[in-house]
Amino acid sequence: MTWKQVFTSSVGRKLVMAFTGIFLILFLIIHVGLNACIWANDGGEMFNKGAHFMGANWVPRLLEVGLFAGLFLHIIQGFLLTASNRSKRSVGYAVSYGEGSKWYSRSMGLLGTLILLFLVLHLYHFWLPNRSHQGFLLGEEINLYEKMKLEFSELWVVVVYALGCMSLGYHLAHGFQSAFRTLGVHNKRYNALFTSLGYAFAIIVPLLFIMMPVSFYMGWVN
Amino acid sequence: MEHYHMNLNLKVWRQKNCKTKGEFKLYRVENISSEMSFLEMFDVLNEQLIRDGDDPITFDHDCREGICGACSMYINGKPHGPWQANTTCQLHMRAFKDGDTVVVEPWRADAFPVIKDLMVDRSAFDRIIQAGGYISVNTGNAVDGNSLPIPKDDADASFAAAMCIGCGACVAACKNSSAMLFLSAKVSHLALLPQGNPERKSRVMNMVAQMDKEGFGACTNTGACEATCPKEISLSNIARLNQEYLMAGLTEK
Repeated sequence: MTWKQVFTSSVGRKLVMAFTGIFLILFLIIHVGLNACIWANDGGEMFNKGAHFMGANWVPRLLEVGLFAGLFLHIIQGFLLTASNRSKRSVGYAVSYGEGSKWYSRSMGLLGTLILLFLVLHLYHFWLPNRSHQGFLLGEEINLYEKMKLEFSELWVVVVYALGCMSLGYHLAHGFQSAFRTLGVHNKRYNALFTSLGYAFAIIVPLLFIMMPVSFYMGWVN
Repeated sequence: MEHYHMNLNLKVWRQKNCKTKGEFKLYRVENISSEMSFLEMFDVLNEQLIRDGDDPITFDHDCREGICGACSMYINGKPHGPWQANTTCQLHMRAFKDGDTVVVEPWRADAFPVIKDLMVDRSAFDRIIQAGGYISVNTGNAVDGNSLPIPKDDADASFAAAMCIGCGACVAACKNSSAMLFLSAKVSHLALLPQGNPERKSRVMNMVAQMDKEGFGACTNTGACEATCPKEISLSNIARLNQEYLMAGLTEK
Protein backbone atom coordinates (compact mmCIF):
# COMPACT_ATOMS: atom_id res chain seq x y z
CA MET A 1 0.00 0.00 0.00
CA THR A 2 1.35 3.42 -0.96
CA TRP A 3 0.22 6.91 0.12
CA LYS A 4 -0.77 7.51 -3.49
CA GLN A 5 -3.13 4.52 -3.43
CA VAL A 6 -4.68 5.72 -0.16
CA PHE A 7 -5.39 9.26 -1.33
CA THR A 8 -6.32 8.67 -4.98
CA SER A 9 -9.18 6.18 -4.54
CA SER A 10 -12.75 7.54 -4.52
CA VAL A 11 -12.73 7.56 -0.69
CA GLY A 12 -9.17 8.95 -0.57
CA ARG A 13 -10.11 11.87 -2.81
CA LYS A 14 -13.07 12.62 -0.53
CA LEU A 15 -10.63 12.65 2.38
CA VAL A 16 -8.51 15.25 0.58
CA MET A 17 -11.65 17.37 0.01
CA ALA A 18 -12.60 17.03 3.69
CA PHE A 19 -9.14 17.85 5.09
CA THR A 20 -8.70 20.90 2.84
CA GLY A 21 -12.33 21.92 3.42
CA ILE A 22 -11.91 21.94 7.20
CA PHE A 23 -8.62 23.85 6.78
CA LEU A 24 -10.47 26.49 4.72
CA ILE A 25 -13.24 26.63 7.33
CA LEU A 26 -10.60 27.43 9.97
CA PHE A 27 -9.24 30.17 7.69
CA LEU A 28 -12.75 31.67 7.38
CA ILE A 29 -12.93 32.00 11.18
CA ILE A 30 -9.70 34.03 11.22
CA HIS A 31 -10.74 36.08 8.17
CA VAL A 32 -14.16 37.00 9.53
CA GLY A 33 -12.78 37.72 13.02
CA LEU A 34 -10.10 40.04 11.73
CA ASN A 35 -12.38 41.86 9.31
CA ALA A 36 -14.97 42.39 12.02
CA CYS A 37 -12.52 44.99 13.44
CA ILE A 38 -13.98 47.46 10.91
CA TRP A 39 -16.98 47.75 13.22
CA ALA A 40 -14.75 49.19 15.96
CA ASN A 41 -15.68 52.47 14.20
CA ASP A 42 -12.25 54.00 14.81
CA GLY A 43 -11.52 55.01 11.23
CA GLY A 44 -9.97 51.61 10.54
CA GLU A 45 -7.19 51.87 13.11
CA MET A 46 -7.82 48.50 14.75
CA PHE A 47 -8.53 46.80 11.42
CA ASN A 48 -5.32 48.10 9.84
CA LYS A 49 -3.31 46.93 12.86
CA GLY A 50 -4.68 43.44 12.37
CA ALA A 51 -4.06 43.59 8.62
CA HIS A 52 -0.51 44.77 9.31
CA PHE A 53 0.11 41.81 11.63
CA MET A 54 -1.08 39.40 8.92
CA GLY A 55 0.76 41.09 6.06
CA ALA A 56 4.09 42.20 7.53
CA ASN A 57 5.01 39.14 9.56
CA TRP A 58 6.73 36.03 8.22
CA VAL A 59 4.62 33.55 10.18
CA PRO A 60 1.18 34.44 8.74
CA ARG A 61 2.82 35.00 5.35
CA LEU A 62 4.19 31.46 5.36
CA LEU A 63 0.78 30.17 6.48
CA GLU A 64 -0.66 32.07 3.52
CA VAL A 65 1.39 29.86 1.19
CA GLY A 66 -0.20 26.85 2.90
CA LEU A 67 -3.61 28.47 2.51
CA PHE A 68 -3.15 28.86 -1.24
CA ALA A 69 -1.87 25.29 -1.50
CA GLY A 70 -4.96 23.99 0.36
CA LEU A 71 -7.23 26.18 -1.73
CA PHE A 72 -5.74 24.98 -5.03
CA LEU A 73 -5.93 21.36 -3.93
CA HIS A 74 -9.60 21.81 -2.93
CA ILE A 75 -10.47 23.55 -6.21
CA ILE A 76 -8.61 21.22 -8.55
CA GLN A 77 -9.75 18.08 -6.75
CA GLY A 78 -13.31 19.45 -6.70
CA PHE A 79 -13.32 20.06 -10.45
CA LEU A 80 -11.80 16.66 -11.19
CA LEU A 81 -14.25 14.86 -8.88
CA THR A 82 -17.27 16.67 -10.32
CA ALA A 83 -16.16 15.87 -13.88
CA SER A 84 -15.40 12.24 -13.04
CA ASN A 85 -18.70 11.74 -11.18
CA ARG A 86 -20.65 13.23 -14.07
CA SER A 87 -19.01 10.86 -16.53
CA LYS A 88 -20.37 7.79 -14.70
CA ARG A 89 -23.86 8.08 -16.18
CA SER A 90 -23.75 8.62 -19.94
CA VAL A 91 -27.51 8.22 -20.41
CA GLY A 92 -29.45 10.40 -17.97
CA TYR A 93 -32.91 9.96 -16.50
CA ALA A 94 -36.02 11.39 -18.14
CA VAL A 95 -37.44 12.16 -14.68
CA SER A 96 -34.79 13.22 -12.18
CA TYR A 97 -34.79 12.25 -8.50
CA GLY A 98 -34.75 15.46 -6.49
CA GLU A 99 -36.71 14.75 -3.32
CA GLY A 100 -34.11 12.53 -1.65
CA SER A 101 -31.44 15.20 -1.22
CA LYS A 102 -31.05 18.95 -0.79
CA TRP A 103 -30.37 20.97 -3.97
CA TYR A 104 -27.24 22.54 -2.54
CA SER A 105 -25.77 19.14 -1.64
CA ARG A 106 -26.15 18.17 -5.30
CA SER A 107 -24.73 21.49 -6.53
CA MET A 108 -21.39 21.67 -4.72
CA GLY A 109 -19.48 21.91 -8.01
CA LEU A 110 -21.63 24.80 -9.25
CA LEU A 111 -21.52 26.62 -5.89
CA GLY A 112 -17.75 26.11 -5.73
CA THR A 113 -17.37 27.60 -9.22
CA LEU A 114 -19.42 30.65 -8.20
CA ILE A 115 -17.25 31.06 -5.09
CA LEU A 116 -14.12 30.78 -7.27
CA LEU A 117 -15.37 33.51 -9.63
CA PHE A 118 -16.10 35.72 -6.65
CA LEU A 119 -12.69 34.89 -5.19
CA VAL A 120 -10.89 36.06 -8.34
CA LEU A 121 -12.60 39.45 -8.04
CA HIS A 122 -11.96 39.55 -4.28
CA LEU A 123 -8.22 38.85 -4.67
CA TYR A 124 -8.06 41.44 -7.46
CA HIS A 125 -9.66 44.03 -5.17
CA PHE A 126 -7.54 43.54 -2.06
CA TRP A 127 -4.86 40.85 -2.03
CA LEU A 128 -3.20 41.65 -5.38
CA PRO A 129 -2.85 45.46 -5.03
CA ASN A 130 -1.60 45.04 -1.45
CA ARG A 131 0.94 42.31 -2.16
CA SER A 132 2.20 43.97 -5.36
CA HIS A 133 2.65 47.21 -3.37
CA GLN A 134 4.72 45.16 -0.93
CA GLY A 135 6.76 43.74 -3.80
CA PHE A 136 5.37 40.33 -2.73
CA LEU A 137 7.78 40.45 0.24
CA LEU A 138 7.38 42.28 3.51
CA GLY A 139 7.26 45.82 2.09
CA GLU A 140 4.93 48.61 3.10
CA GLU A 141 1.23 47.83 2.79
CA ILE A 142 -1.58 49.92 1.35
CA ASN A 143 -4.33 51.25 3.63
CA LEU A 144 -6.76 48.33 3.29
CA TYR A 145 -9.49 50.10 5.23
CA GLU A 146 -9.49 52.98 2.74
CA LYS A 147 -9.41 50.43 -0.11
CA MET A 148 -12.51 48.73 1.31
CA LYS A 149 -14.23 52.10 1.57
CA LEU A 150 -13.40 52.82 -2.06
CA GLU A 151 -14.43 49.44 -3.51
CA PHE A 152 -17.62 49.16 -1.49
CA SER A 153 -18.88 52.55 -2.61
CA GLU A 154 -20.03 50.84 -5.84
CA LEU A 155 -23.40 49.09 -5.67
CA TRP A 156 -22.54 46.32 -8.16
CA VAL A 157 -19.50 45.35 -6.07
CA VAL A 158 -21.68 45.08 -2.95
CA VAL A 159 -24.21 42.94 -4.85
CA VAL A 160 -21.53 40.62 -6.29
CA TYR A 161 -19.96 40.21 -2.83
CA ALA A 162 -23.36 39.41 -1.33
CA LEU A 163 -24.04 36.79 -4.02
CA GLY A 164 -20.54 35.31 -3.61
CA CYS A 165 -21.03 35.01 0.16
CA MET A 166 -24.47 33.43 -0.32
CA SER A 167 -22.87 30.79 -2.54
CA LEU A 168 -20.33 30.26 0.24
CA GLY A 169 -23.18 29.85 2.74
CA TYR A 170 -24.90 27.11 0.75
CA HIS A 171 -21.53 25.45 0.01
CA LEU A 172 -20.84 25.36 3.75
CA ALA A 173 -24.37 24.17 4.61
CA HIS A 174 -23.47 20.86 2.98
CA GLY A 175 -19.69 20.93 3.12
CA PHE A 176 -19.26 21.50 6.85
CA GLN A 177 -21.16 18.42 8.03
CA SER A 178 -20.16 16.34 5.01
CA ALA A 179 -16.46 16.88 5.79
CA PHE A 180 -16.90 15.38 9.25
CA ARG A 181 -18.86 12.41 7.85
CA THR A 182 -16.03 11.86 5.40
CA LEU A 183 -13.56 11.81 8.27
CA GLY A 184 -15.61 8.99 9.73
CA VAL A 185 -17.93 10.61 12.29
CA HIS A 186 -20.86 8.20 12.52
CA ASN A 187 -21.81 8.63 16.14
CA LYS A 188 -25.40 9.95 16.27
CA ARG A 189 -24.67 12.60 18.91
CA TYR A 190 -21.66 13.96 17.04
CA ASN A 191 -23.45 13.88 13.69
CA ALA A 192 -26.29 15.93 15.16
CA LEU A 193 -23.75 18.32 16.70
CA PHE A 194 -21.79 18.82 13.47
CA THR A 195 -24.97 19.21 11.41
CA SER A 196 -26.32 21.98 13.70
CA LEU A 197 -22.89 23.56 14.00
CA GLY A 198 -22.55 23.43 10.19
CA TYR A 199 -25.89 25.18 9.60
CA ALA A 200 -25.05 27.84 12.22
CA PHE A 201 -21.62 28.41 10.67
CA ALA A 202 -23.08 28.49 7.14
CA ILE A 203 -25.53 31.23 8.15
CA ILE A 204 -23.52 33.35 10.60
CA VAL A 205 -20.14 33.60 8.84
CA PRO A 206 -21.40 34.50 5.31
CA LEU A 207 -23.91 36.92 6.87
CA LEU A 208 -21.10 38.72 8.73
CA PHE A 209 -19.10 38.85 5.48
CA ILE A 210 -22.10 40.28 3.60
CA MET A 211 -22.60 42.93 6.29
CA MET A 212 -19.08 44.29 5.67
CA PRO A 213 -19.59 45.76 2.16
CA VAL A 214 -23.16 46.66 3.13
CA SER A 215 -21.88 48.59 6.18
CA PHE A 216 -19.47 50.60 4.01
CA TYR A 217 -22.05 51.24 1.30
CA MET A 218 -24.68 52.37 3.79
CA GLY A 219 -22.17 54.49 5.68
CA TRP A 220 -22.59 52.57 8.95
CA VAL A 221 -18.82 52.65 9.51
CA ASN A 222 -16.57 55.66 9.19
CA MET B 1 -58.87 0.06 1.52
CA GLU B 2 -61.28 0.52 -1.34
CA HIS B 3 -60.71 -1.70 -4.35
CA TYR B 4 -60.83 0.04 -7.74
CA HIS B 5 -59.78 -0.41 -11.34
CA MET B 6 -57.72 1.97 -13.46
CA ASN B 7 -56.46 2.65 -16.94
CA LEU B 8 -52.84 3.81 -17.19
CA ASN B 9 -50.51 5.28 -19.76
CA LEU B 10 -47.02 3.80 -19.51
CA LYS B 11 -43.87 5.34 -20.89
CA VAL B 12 -41.37 2.50 -20.84
CA TRP B 13 -37.68 2.47 -21.82
CA ARG B 14 -37.05 -0.07 -24.60
CA GLN B 15 -33.52 -1.01 -25.54
CA LYS B 16 -32.47 -4.06 -27.51
CA ASN B 17 -29.08 -4.51 -25.84
CA CYS B 18 -26.16 -2.57 -24.35
CA LYS B 19 -24.80 -1.69 -27.81
CA THR B 20 -27.92 -0.11 -29.27
CA LYS B 21 -29.54 3.17 -28.32
CA GLY B 22 -32.80 2.94 -26.43
CA GLU B 23 -35.99 4.99 -26.55
CA PHE B 24 -39.24 5.46 -24.69
CA LYS B 25 -42.35 3.70 -26.00
CA LEU B 26 -45.89 4.48 -24.97
CA TYR B 27 -48.27 1.72 -23.87
CA ARG B 28 -51.78 1.70 -22.47
CA VAL B 29 -53.01 -0.82 -19.94
CA GLU B 30 -56.67 -1.06 -19.02
CA ASN B 31 -58.76 -2.40 -16.20
CA ILE B 32 -55.83 -2.77 -13.79
CA SER B 33 -56.82 -3.75 -10.25
CA SER B 34 -55.61 -1.54 -7.39
CA GLU B 35 -54.66 -4.76 -5.56
CA MET B 36 -52.18 -5.87 -8.20
CA SER B 37 -48.48 -5.41 -7.67
CA PHE B 38 -46.54 -3.22 -10.10
CA LEU B 39 -44.86 -6.28 -11.61
CA GLU B 40 -48.24 -8.02 -12.06
CA MET B 41 -49.34 -4.95 -14.01
CA PHE B 42 -46.24 -5.48 -16.19
CA ASP B 43 -47.19 -9.16 -16.58
CA VAL B 44 -50.58 -8.02 -17.89
CA LEU B 45 -48.86 -5.63 -20.32
CA ASN B 46 -46.47 -8.34 -21.50
CA GLU B 47 -49.35 -10.80 -22.09
CA GLN B 48 -50.96 -8.07 -24.17
CA LEU B 49 -47.71 -7.50 -26.14
CA ILE B 50 -47.29 -11.23 -26.78
CA ARG B 51 -50.89 -11.47 -27.98
CA ASP B 52 -50.23 -8.57 -30.36
CA GLY B 53 -47.07 -10.27 -31.64
CA ASP B 54 -44.75 -7.65 -30.07
CA ASP B 55 -41.58 -8.22 -28.09
CA PRO B 56 -42.45 -8.38 -24.35
CA ILE B 57 -40.63 -6.00 -21.98
CA THR B 58 -37.65 -7.56 -20.19
CA PHE B 59 -37.35 -6.81 -16.48
CA ASP B 60 -35.63 -8.40 -13.49
CA HIS B 61 -37.68 -10.12 -10.78
CA ASP B 62 -37.39 -13.16 -8.58
CA CYS B 63 -38.91 -13.56 -5.13
CA ARG B 64 -41.60 -10.89 -5.54
CA GLU B 65 -41.72 -10.51 -1.78
CA GLY B 66 -39.18 -7.74 -1.24
CA ILE B 67 -36.21 -9.75 -0.01
CA CYS B 68 -34.12 -10.86 -2.99
CA GLY B 69 -33.07 -7.54 -4.54
CA ALA B 70 -33.73 -8.60 -8.12
CA CYS B 71 -36.35 -6.06 -9.15
CA SER B 72 -34.98 -2.77 -10.28
CA MET B 73 -37.28 -0.28 -11.96
CA TYR B 74 -36.90 3.50 -11.74
CA ILE B 75 -40.53 4.62 -11.57
CA ASN B 76 -41.64 8.25 -11.99
CA GLY B 77 -38.23 9.59 -10.98
CA LYS B 78 -37.54 7.33 -8.00
CA PRO B 79 -35.91 3.90 -7.73
CA HIS B 80 -38.56 1.33 -6.73
CA GLY B 81 -41.36 3.89 -7.15
CA PRO B 82 -43.11 6.38 -4.89
CA TRP B 83 -43.39 4.44 -1.63
CA GLN B 84 -40.76 4.61 1.11
CA ALA B 85 -38.73 1.57 2.21
CA ASN B 86 -40.23 -0.53 -0.56
CA THR B 87 -39.16 -2.62 -3.52
CA THR B 88 -40.79 -2.50 -6.96
CA CYS B 89 -42.35 -5.94 -6.45
CA GLN B 90 -44.01 -4.73 -3.25
CA LEU B 91 -45.28 -1.54 -4.87
CA HIS B 92 -49.00 -1.95 -5.37
CA MET B 93 -51.18 -0.31 -7.96
CA ARG B 94 -53.14 1.57 -5.28
CA ALA B 95 -50.18 3.96 -5.41
CA PHE B 96 -51.61 5.21 -8.73
CA LYS B 97 -54.86 6.77 -9.90
CA ASP B 98 -56.97 6.15 -12.98
CA GLY B 99 -55.51 8.03 -15.96
CA ASP B 100 -51.99 8.42 -14.51
CA THR B 101 -48.95 8.41 -16.77
CA VAL B 102 -46.13 6.29 -15.33
CA VAL B 103 -42.56 6.67 -16.60
CA VAL B 104 -40.45 3.52 -16.15
CA GLU B 105 -36.68 3.58 -16.71
CA PRO B 106 -33.86 1.12 -15.98
CA TRP B 107 -31.19 1.87 -13.33
CA ARG B 108 -28.94 4.31 -15.14
CA ALA B 109 -25.22 4.01 -14.42
CA ASP B 110 -22.38 3.06 -16.74
CA ALA B 111 -21.32 0.44 -14.18
CA PHE B 112 -24.77 -1.17 -14.66
CA PRO B 113 -25.00 -1.60 -18.46
CA VAL B 114 -28.47 -2.31 -19.84
CA ILE B 115 -28.87 -5.96 -20.86
CA LYS B 116 -32.30 -5.39 -22.38
CA ASP B 117 -35.12 -2.91 -21.73
CA LEU B 118 -35.38 -2.53 -17.94
CA MET B 119 -32.87 -5.23 -17.03
CA VAL B 120 -29.34 -4.12 -16.13
CA ASP B 121 -26.17 -6.08 -15.43
CA ARG B 122 -25.41 -5.76 -11.71
CA SER B 123 -22.56 -8.29 -11.61
CA ALA B 124 -20.26 -5.41 -10.59
CA PHE B 125 -21.79 -5.82 -7.09
CA ASP B 126 -20.82 -9.51 -7.07
CA ARG B 127 -17.23 -8.64 -7.92
CA ILE B 128 -17.13 -6.05 -5.11
CA ILE B 129 -18.27 -8.76 -2.67
CA GLN B 130 -15.66 -11.14 -4.08
CA ALA B 131 -12.99 -8.52 -3.35
CA GLY B 132 -13.51 -8.81 0.41
CA GLY B 133 -17.15 -9.02 1.51
CA TYR B 134 -16.64 -12.27 3.40
CA ILE B 135 -14.77 -13.81 6.34
CA SER B 136 -12.23 -16.59 5.85
CA VAL B 137 -13.07 -19.45 8.20
CA ASN B 138 -12.85 -23.19 8.02
CA THR B 139 -16.25 -24.69 7.56
CA GLY B 140 -17.49 -27.32 9.96
CA ASN B 141 -20.05 -27.60 12.71
CA ALA B 142 -21.75 -24.37 13.74
CA VAL B 143 -20.08 -22.94 16.84
CA ASP B 144 -22.01 -22.23 20.02
CA GLY B 145 -23.73 -18.88 19.60
CA ASN B 146 -22.64 -17.74 23.06
CA SER B 147 -18.95 -18.52 22.65
CA LEU B 148 -18.29 -15.04 21.25
CA PRO B 149 -19.96 -12.35 23.35
CA ILE B 150 -21.20 -9.50 21.13
CA PRO B 151 -22.83 -6.36 22.57
CA LYS B 152 -26.53 -6.12 21.63
CA ASP B 153 -26.11 -2.65 20.05
CA ASP B 154 -23.30 -3.89 17.80
CA ALA B 155 -25.26 -6.98 16.80
CA ASP B 156 -28.30 -4.81 15.97
CA ALA B 157 -26.25 -2.27 13.96
CA SER B 158 -24.54 -5.11 12.11
CA PHE B 159 -27.88 -6.72 11.33
CA ALA B 160 -29.32 -3.39 10.13
CA ALA B 161 -26.39 -3.12 7.67
CA ALA B 162 -26.74 -6.77 6.65
CA MET B 163 -30.33 -6.01 5.61
CA CYS B 164 -28.92 -4.67 2.31
CA ILE B 165 -30.31 -6.81 -0.52
CA GLY B 166 -27.87 -5.44 -3.12
CA CYS B 167 -30.59 -4.19 -5.46
CA GLY B 168 -28.59 -1.16 -6.63
CA ALA B 169 -31.23 1.49 -5.90
CA CYS B 170 -28.53 3.53 -4.13
CA VAL B 171 -26.49 3.68 -7.34
CA ALA B 172 -29.59 4.52 -9.37
CA ALA B 173 -30.57 7.35 -7.00
CA CYS B 174 -27.10 8.85 -6.63
CA LYS B 175 -26.22 11.78 -8.89
CA ASN B 176 -22.66 10.39 -9.01
CA SER B 177 -23.74 6.76 -9.65
CA SER B 178 -21.83 5.88 -6.50
CA ALA B 179 -22.10 2.44 -4.91
CA MET B 180 -20.94 3.74 -1.53
CA LEU B 181 -24.12 2.90 0.43
CA PHE B 182 -24.01 -0.71 -0.80
CA LEU B 183 -20.29 -0.99 -0.09
CA SER B 184 -20.62 0.64 3.32
CA ALA B 185 -23.39 -1.78 4.32
CA LYS B 186 -21.23 -4.75 3.33
CA VAL B 187 -18.14 -3.38 5.11
CA SER B 188 -20.11 -2.31 8.20
CA HIS B 189 -21.91 -5.54 8.90
CA LEU B 190 -18.58 -7.39 9.10
CA ALA B 191 -16.59 -4.58 10.76
CA LEU B 192 -19.04 -4.50 13.67
CA LEU B 193 -18.57 -8.18 14.51
CA PRO B 194 -15.50 -9.90 16.01
CA GLN B 195 -15.55 -12.44 13.17
CA GLY B 196 -14.88 -9.64 10.67
CA ASN B 197 -12.00 -8.17 12.62
CA PRO B 198 -8.96 -10.14 11.30
CA GLU B 199 -9.53 -9.01 7.70
CA ARG B 200 -11.04 -5.59 8.31
CA LYS B 201 -8.18 -3.51 6.88
CA SER B 202 -7.57 -5.49 3.70
CA ARG B 203 -11.34 -5.86 3.24
CA VAL B 204 -12.10 -2.13 3.08
CA MET B 205 -9.08 -1.30 0.90
CA ASN B 206 -9.76 -4.11 -1.58
CA MET B 207 -13.50 -3.48 -1.81
CA VAL B 208 -13.04 0.27 -2.39
CA ALA B 209 -10.42 -0.48 -5.08
CA GLN B 210 -12.82 -2.91 -6.79
CA MET B 211 -15.68 -0.41 -6.61
CA ASP B 212 -13.51 2.22 -8.33
CA LYS B 213 -12.43 -0.31 -10.94
CA GLU B 214 -16.06 -1.12 -11.76
CA GLY B 215 -16.66 2.51 -12.73
CA PHE B 216 -18.92 3.77 -9.93
CA GLY B 217 -18.64 7.44 -8.95
CA ALA B 218 -17.43 8.90 -5.67
CA CYS B 219 -19.77 9.66 -2.77
CA THR B 220 -20.62 13.30 -1.94
CA ASN B 221 -22.90 12.55 1.04
CA THR B 222 -26.07 13.96 -0.57
CA GLY B 223 -28.22 11.32 1.14
CA ALA B 224 -30.33 10.41 -1.93
CA CYS B 225 -29.31 6.75 -1.49
CA GLU B 226 -30.55 6.55 2.09
CA ALA B 227 -33.83 8.22 1.13
CA THR B 228 -34.61 5.63 -1.54
CA CYS B 229 -33.13 2.45 -0.02
CA PRO B 230 -35.84 -0.24 0.27
CA LYS B 231 -34.11 -1.58 3.38
CA GLU B 232 -33.46 1.85 4.92
CA ILE B 233 -29.69 1.35 5.14
CA SER B 234 -28.38 4.33 7.10
CA LEU B 235 -26.05 6.95 5.64
CA SER B 236 -24.00 6.62 8.83
CA ASN B 237 -22.68 3.33 7.39
CA ILE B 238 -20.86 5.45 4.78
CA ALA B 239 -19.23 7.46 7.57
CA ARG B 240 -18.22 4.18 9.23
CA LEU B 241 -16.76 2.99 5.92
CA ASN B 242 -14.79 6.26 5.68
CA GLN B 243 -13.44 5.69 9.18
CA GLU B 244 -12.52 2.08 8.34
CA TYR B 245 -10.78 3.30 5.19
CA LEU B 246 -8.89 6.10 6.96
CA MET B 247 -7.69 3.82 9.76
CA ALA B 248 -6.68 1.11 7.27
CA GLY B 249 -5.03 3.66 4.97
CA LEU B 250 -2.98 5.10 7.82
CA THR B 251 -1.95 1.83 9.46
CA GLU B 252 -1.96 -0.89 6.76
CA LYS B 253 1.54 -1.94 5.71
